[in-house]
Amino acid sequence: MVTLDIELKALKENLLEMLDLVKDQLVKGKKALENSDENLAKEVVEREKRVNALELAIDKDCENILALHTPVATDLRFVLATIKICGDLESIGDITKGLARFIEKNSKKSSLQLSDRFKIGDMIDGCITMLEDMGEAIRKEDTLLAQKISKKDSVLNEINKNAPKVAAELIKDHPEKLEVILKLFTITRKLERIGDFIKNIAGEVVFHIEARVLKHGKDKERG
Amino acid sequence: MKIIEAIDVNAYYGENHALTNINIEIKENTVTAFIGPSGCGKTTFLRMMNRMNDYVEGFRKEGTLLIDGKDVYRKKVKLEELRQHVGMVFQRPNPFPKSIFENVAYGLRIRGVGNKKEIEERVEKSLKKAALWSEVKDSLHKSAYSLSGGQQQRLCIARTLAVKPSIILMDEPASALDPLSTSKIEELIAELKQQYTIVIVTHNMQQASRISDHTAFFYLGSLIEFDKTNVIFTNPANKQTENYITGRFG
Repeated sequence: MVTLDIELKALKENLLEMLDLVKDQLVKGKKALENSDENLAKEVVEREKRVNALELAIDKDCENILALHTPVATDLRFVLATIKICGDLESIGDITKGLARFIEKNSKKSSLQLSDRFKIGDMIDGCITMLEDMGEAIRKEDTLLAQKISKKDSVLNEINKNAPKVAAELIKDHPEKLEVILKLFTITRKLERIGDFIKNIAGEVVFHIEARVLKHGKDKERG
Repeated sequence: MKIIEAIDVNAYYGENHALTNINIEIKENTVTAFIGPSGCGKTTFLRMMNRMNDYVEGFRKEGTLLIDGKDVYRKKVKLEELRQHVGMVFQRPNPFPKSIFENVAYGLRIRGVGNKKEIEERVEKSLKKAALWSEVKDSLHKSAYSLSGGQQQRLCIARTLAVKPSIILMDEPASALDPLSTSKIEELIAELKQQYTIVIVTHNMQQASRISDHTAFFYLGSLIEFDKTNVIFTNPANKQTENYITGRFG
């Protein structure tokens, strides 16, 4: 195995570790929301530091590989894709941390239950499934699976599309809970963004394996 | 516009079939890099362009190699004229045991240029084009051997330019040079491209990707892939090319 292969293998393992960690954060975030569990929410906030540390480590690995091995073709595409995927995962981590902070602050209020009306639990479940499948797609370098996952984004979009209506109804019924309702509404927006980030990751997997660019509605071979 | 064209070119060294059915078109004012493992035929093909292989015992060729539409191996070709038109820079700098000035003037003198003023002008112009003038203008009559390796290589390029070629062949021109001298040669290649067509053999993948417009990958005497350099180094069509450029060959 050439030295570069060893470096790329380690990079992929770190990337998958980051993906698993981000997914686990969402799992815990959802559990904290369901059980109004302040301590678990705190744990999620605290573990975000680990996500950030992994992002920095992966960035450094990519920088070293580019500087020391000057990769080309599929190797170069993998490093470029990893840099972007890593950024997307970090953004997902940030959103999850925001959700956890919200739970932490509102765990003692009954208003947290309003999240059911926004289907926030369903949204988080959708994100978790997409991330699980994305891990599989990256492990197996399966571009068909990656593209299939990106289509699941539509479920999140649908819930998000409905959110203004839900928010309006809730404000009408519970005007005293306006602040929490607006916060929950913002969370649906952010969870929908997670779907977009995962869709971007799918695009990077396709770029790495097939040298095709999917973003901005383009589907063309590089070259 | 194409300046070099190979049509079903085969080359042999005795029983050894060194090149197999090479077909390629090289456009003028471009830099084309030939890459491939040792023994793949890239240097053989490069040296056919100004018939340097004629001196190798047992060498023979088949097919047609055209430069400016004329067969390089046609019967009445004058080798001196061909090599004036198609200059060559070798792996190791090989200045003559003469002064810096005389190294560049030599090719002019043997081609019958006798006018002192014209020779002086062309020497200066060639040294300027080879980005060496500012470093040697005050020591033109010193021995060429007093120059550093990188300067000697640029002197050899100036010597090639003095006789006004249209094609410059370079056989690993920077492989014996330090990074700074290599960088100067690469800068020079980029500048010379405006006026000349350059074909370069290199084992340095980064050099090929940095300086060339097109890259040809040779393997076992065959031209495996020829395309724009950015395509070869980002998304090559052939698996063998990809394995070679990513260092996973064999």
